[in-house]
Amino acid sequence: MSTFYFIAFLSIFFSILVISAKNPVHSILYLILTFFTFTIHYILMNAQFLAIVNFIVYMGAILVLFLYTLMLINLNKESEPVKPFMVKIAAVFGGGVLAVALVSSLKSLGVSDPVVLKNPELGLVKNLGKVLFNEFLLPFEVSSVLLLSAMVGAVLLATKDPQETKATI
Amino acid sequence: MELADIAIKFGLIIIIFAISLVVAMYSTYAERKIAAFFQDRVGPNRAGPWGILQPMADGAKMFMKEEIIPTNATPFLFIVGPSLAILTACIGSAVIPWGQNLVIGDKVIPLQVTDINVGILYIFGVVSLGVYGVMIGGWASNNKYSLLGAIRAASQNISYEISMGLSIIALLMVTGTLSLGEIAQQQHGWHWNVLYQPVGFLLFMICAFAETNRTPFDLPECETELVGGYHTEYSSMKLGFYLFAEYINMFISSAVMATLYWGGYNYPGMDWVTAHVGPVIGPLIGTGVFFAKIFAFIFFFMWVRWTIPRFRYDQLMDLGWKILIPLAIANIVITGIVITFLN
Amino acid sequence: MESLSNKKKQLTVKPLNFWERAYLPAIVSGLGITMKHFFKKPVTIQYPEQKREFSENYRGMHSLKRDENGAERCTACGLCALSCPAEAITMQAAERQKGEENLYREEKYAAVYEINMLRCIFCGLCEEACPKEAIYLDGDIVPSDYLRKDFIYGKDKLVEAPLNQ
Repeated sequence: MSTFYFIAFLSIFFSILVISAKNPVHSILYLILTFFTFTIHYILMNAQFLAIVNFIVYMGAILVLFLYTLMLINLNKESEPVKPFMVKIAAVFGGGVLAVALVSSLKSLGVSDPVVLKNPELGLVKNLGKVLFNEFLLPFEVSSVLLLSAMVGAVLLATKDPQETKATI
Repeated sequence: MELADIAIKFGLIIIIFAISLVVAMYSTYAERKIAAFFQDRVGPNRAGPWGILQPMADGAKMFMKEEIIPTNATPFLFIVGPSLAILTACIGSAVIPWGQNLVIGDKVIPLQVTDINVGILYIFGVVSLGVYGVMIGGWASNNKYSLLGAIRAASQNISYEISMGLSIIALLMVTGTLSLGEIAQQQHGWHWNVLYQPVGFLLFMICAFAETNRTPFDLPECETELVGGYHTEYSSMKLGFYLFAEYINMFISSAVMATLYWGGYNYPGMDWVTAHVGPVIGPLIGTGVFFAKIFAFIFFFMWVRWTIPRFRYDQLMDLGWKILIPLAIANIVITGIVITFLN
Repeated sequence: MESLSNKKKQLTVKPLNFWERAYLPAIVSGLGITMKHFFKKPVTIQYPEQKREFSENYRGMHSLKRDENGAERCTACGLCALSCPAEAITMQAAERQKGEENLYREEKYAAVYEINMLRCIFCGLCEEACPKEAIYLDGDIVPSDYLRKDFIYGKDKLVEAPLNQ
């Protein structure tokens, strides 16, 4: 249990650093550390497959792409957009509302029992695969279609319209 | 776990670390020597007999060199970059089965640090983490050539990780497990996976070349276009770490290829040999065979390096996305069909 | 346009067939070629221990010759210095004293004879200009050094070793 508290403390600590870091690249690096602590959480919960997938997909692929884009952007002080005063006030207000909503929802939730899995081996690859491809086959396939549509959309956005390019020439 | 077991594990980890470091060290020597042989030359031969002390001399030179951190660099990340590179290179060796279980008296000693049941995915995770060392180092140098090299390295690694993963899925369909220990056991004798998955092996090997940044995929450090690539600004042992990480990566990826496709520690007639020489020497011979396979792969890496010129960047991306990924998917489909019909 | 020499050849680029586009056969044959070289004998000559044979007309370090009695041939006429395109040669003449007949062949000799090896281009014009056949570029490669002044070779390095020694 003490491991959990230590790792949980680290996750919160790093996620605070993510939003407080001045340099966007640094905040991405803190985000990587945050995700790494999440991986450790998954391992503590005996969800090895989820842990390793989180490791590969989030830490190894998505955040690399984040870092990639941020490195290509010219992050000088001059190019930083100046936010008007009204926008700042609106942001503070919006954040306050969100905090109130979160606190109230937590209060109405009350103290729940700790989740106890019926099968503690559920996180292992074999069991997870059986569950995914038997009980939850439809949602699994639907989500894959969702991802495919997102990919097709990205390709569509990225490719130029042939007629438009002709017009500019 | 008993104290003795912990001590054995600890010793195994230290031995594996030492071996991978020594192999990486002598890979630099082997690379120069083999390059020389391919070019009808002699190679380093002044430090010690046949130049055998050359790696020590190189190491001493690296440590003695002046340590330069550019004024505009980010000092902390500048140091983190090479450290991360060598860390990710080293931790990959944890799941590789180096041999059969040793039986000494009534004690069974597994020659594998840990046999987690997602071993292959662990290797993938480590490989995908390896990009960070390059990217952070390239960005922290505050040099456009370093940044371009880092970005090239990152996009190359991400692109080839996909086809690497896809090529391995077909293998997993054949073996039915993600644990490297079990995969090695299944290839007992001569039932090597390369016989069932030749195309998958070819794809995996090409991707391994790309992931370790070896020629013909060594664009991240393409000196004609990018000076030194991501390590342009590095000097002294930090540069040494980057170069060293490449050689450790080569060693680990050779070990992974040998385990996944070329039977690991298995060789034809191993049962007969083990029955004749006993349960301690037998597995050790298997380990020797495994290392012979690894060295053959390392030699192949170097052989290819001195044969094939570097890709152009668009050719690299074309190969990765338009050829390797469709081939890998076709391989999965055909493997699936064959498995269904055979069952 | 009609070709004048009739040597014009129209070339066409044939589209690659499947195996050529797959590159793998080409890569394998390339690997074969490099492997052939792997087993070839290295052509390296291990320089300080082994030396490549010089050609007959190789021009290396200069040497000031002696005649058959062991006397220096040079008479300090200065033609070599005059002919030198790089102006690498300087000398000071001196008169032969009584009792030095076995040292110098003529009545006049070079007391100081210096060649700046950094300027010398080893063209061999001094050799051709010399009327007394006193200077020849028949030596070894000029060794490297750290200081410029050490490249100015005096008589101590240039004159041939005396006979009977």
